[in-house]
Amino acid sequence: MRNFEYARPETEAEAVELLGEHDGNTAVLAGGTDLLNLMKAELVAPQRVVDIKHVDSLHSVTADDDGVQIGSLVTLDEMQSEPLLAGYQSLQDVIRGVRSIQIRQMGTIGGDLCHMPNCWYFRNGNGLLGLEDGKSVVAGGDNRYHAILGNRGPAKFVSASRFAPAMMAWGAKVRVIGPKPHHEQWIDLDSFYRTPKTDRQGVTLLKPGQLLTHIRLPSASRLLSASYEVLELEGLDWPLAAASAMLNVVDGVVRNARVVMGHVAPTPWESREAAAAIIGRPVTEATAESAGEAAIAAATPLSENRYKVRVARTAVKRAILAAAESARPENRREV
Amino acid sequence: MRDREERTRSGPPEGSPTTSGFNRRDFLKGSGAAAAATALVTATETVTAQDVKSNVRSAEPQKVTLNVNGEDHTLEIEPRVTLLDALRNDLSLTGCKDVDERDAAGADTVIIDGKAVLAGSRLAIECEGQKIRTVESLVADGNIDPVVASFVKHDAQQCGFCTPGFVMAMRAFVDKNPKASDEEIREGLGGNICRCGTYDGIMKCALELTGGA
Ligand SMILES: Cc1cc2nc3c(=O)[nH]c(=O)nc-3n(C[C@H](O)[C@H](O)[C@@H](O)COP(=O)(O)OP(=O)(O)OC[C@H]3O[C@@H](n4cnc5c(N)ncnc54)[C@H](O)[C@@H]3O)c2cc1C
Ligand code: FES
Repeated sequence: MRNFEYARPETEAEAVELLGEHDGNTAVLAGGTDLLNLMKAELVAPQRVVDIKHVDSLHSVTADDDGVQIGSLVTLDEMQSEPLLAGYQSLQDVIRGVRSIQIRQMGTIGGDLCHMPNCWYFRNGNGLLGLEDGKSVVAGGDNRYHAILGNRGPAKFVSASRFAPAMMAWGAKVRVIGPKPHHEQWIDLDSFYRTPKTDRQGVTLLKPGQLLTHIRLPSASRLLSASYEVLELEGLDWPLAAASAMLNVVDGVVRNARVVMGHVAPTPWESREAAAAIIGRPVTEATAESAGEAAIAAATPLSENRYKVRVARTAVKRAILAAAESARPENRREV
Repeated sequence: MRDREERTRSGPPEGSPTTSGFNRRDFLKGSGAAAAATALVTATETVTAQDVKSNVRSAEPQKVTLNVNGEDHTLEIEPRVTLLDALRNDLSLTGCKDVDERDAAGADTVIIDGKAVLAGSRLAIECEGQKIRTVESLVADGNIDPVVASFVKHDAQQCGFCTPGFVMAMRAFVDKNPKASDEEIREGLGGNICRCGTYDGIMKCALELTGGA
């Protein structure tokens, strides 16, 4: 690991100021479960590490009539036991899939949303686009875990965030502050992620000196949700593919729906086609199946990952069925 | 708990053409992909040491006080030293194991302010002001922690390399979930890997401690 300065701000304003110095060659340290790996591998080498854990405002979960607001430093473990988040079943499903007490107690929601891809070419130093001598080595390489959608450009990796699909299905907004003091904006999570076209672009809109501070979700009342992740291992692992569904069901018919897939494209991947396939219909095996089909109709698998198309289709179907089933009283989960 | 055939996604398979001739330094110079994404730009070779702000500690060795197993220790370490290295190299507490750079096996688990933490993924300087417990604290003054006693009773180790980390993860897990179900145990302890495959014994310990067996 390269040498760096260590900074410990106590307010959001101090954090922004500290992140903006050194020409923004600084890093946000939250739970550290990924940042320290990136620094050990020298994939990032900040001049200053800004440990945001002592900024109190980033630790809380609050609610008002419109919904809930989650601080970026809230850990997965805290989200699991937070009564205000008990109604967001799709988030709780994801937490249960992160099968490690260490990661649940260290990992933060902000760190998850800003997580860098796990693509092994990136982790090995070939950059996000997996280039060697300017050419992609992913398309003809070992792309078993790579994208099946949104992969026609140079980026073939899959987005790592495990919570982004569920958050997007809920219509989350994120609050971003910096790089100047008092800069503050609320961004739809839909437009927060981007697919890099050159190897100098990143995976989110965050610029040097910026910090994600909070996430807002609309009120969960009367809406149904679930996430379904397909995992290859019994232990701690990243999903092969995942889907999150949010449904508004009135009198047995889906009035509105959002379906977002994870780990299938360089960004979380909303499927309006899948939503359209169930809106106006009741949720049944058959309609859920047709949503799954619609979600993967445009898939363009790479040489080694054709299997992921079926996995993604199944994830969409099961997320929708699980969301509908969560309406039954016996399936209501107490926290 | 984790499959024995666990897969690491930290590098392409052996013999992959992409691992050949790659030089990390070239990457740092040449590409800012990682950098841009995490709001970083490429590194400069040296870090300047002047710090004007009281909440900034320079890259030079710093006096860092760690409270480990109830005792304060003041070390002189750079901010980049991980808690794992500080415990093993500066405090000779070698129960905490250094397994791999990706920090994926859980063998370096300690408990900080009641939470299970991977010491290899935490900077020592981050832990100032917190209470750190290592596996060495579980056998003190002749008292043996029930988790340790249970590991002995169920013969839940072979080579023993993963054992301290597993014991600490289980201590934190049982504290948090004293009545956990079989499924919850599997979910909670999936972050520890045992190469020797002693999962059966470990499951028995967990069930005994949570009242499930
Ligand atoms: C060995 C290992 C295996 C893992 N395996 C899995 C797995 O299989 N499945 C899984 O889901 N998770 C896994 N993870 C965990 C994953 O890292 C955590 O789930 C995630 O919550 C990270 O949060 P963090 O706070 O630790 O992130 P950090 O490492 O602190 O941060 C991650 C990134 O986000 C940036 N960042 C953090 N917070 C902010 C913010 N507020 N604003 C702007 N940028 C920010 C950081 O600079 C960094 O680049 C694993 C971690 C480890 C160590
Ligand atoms: S006992 Fe050998 S690694 Fe677990």
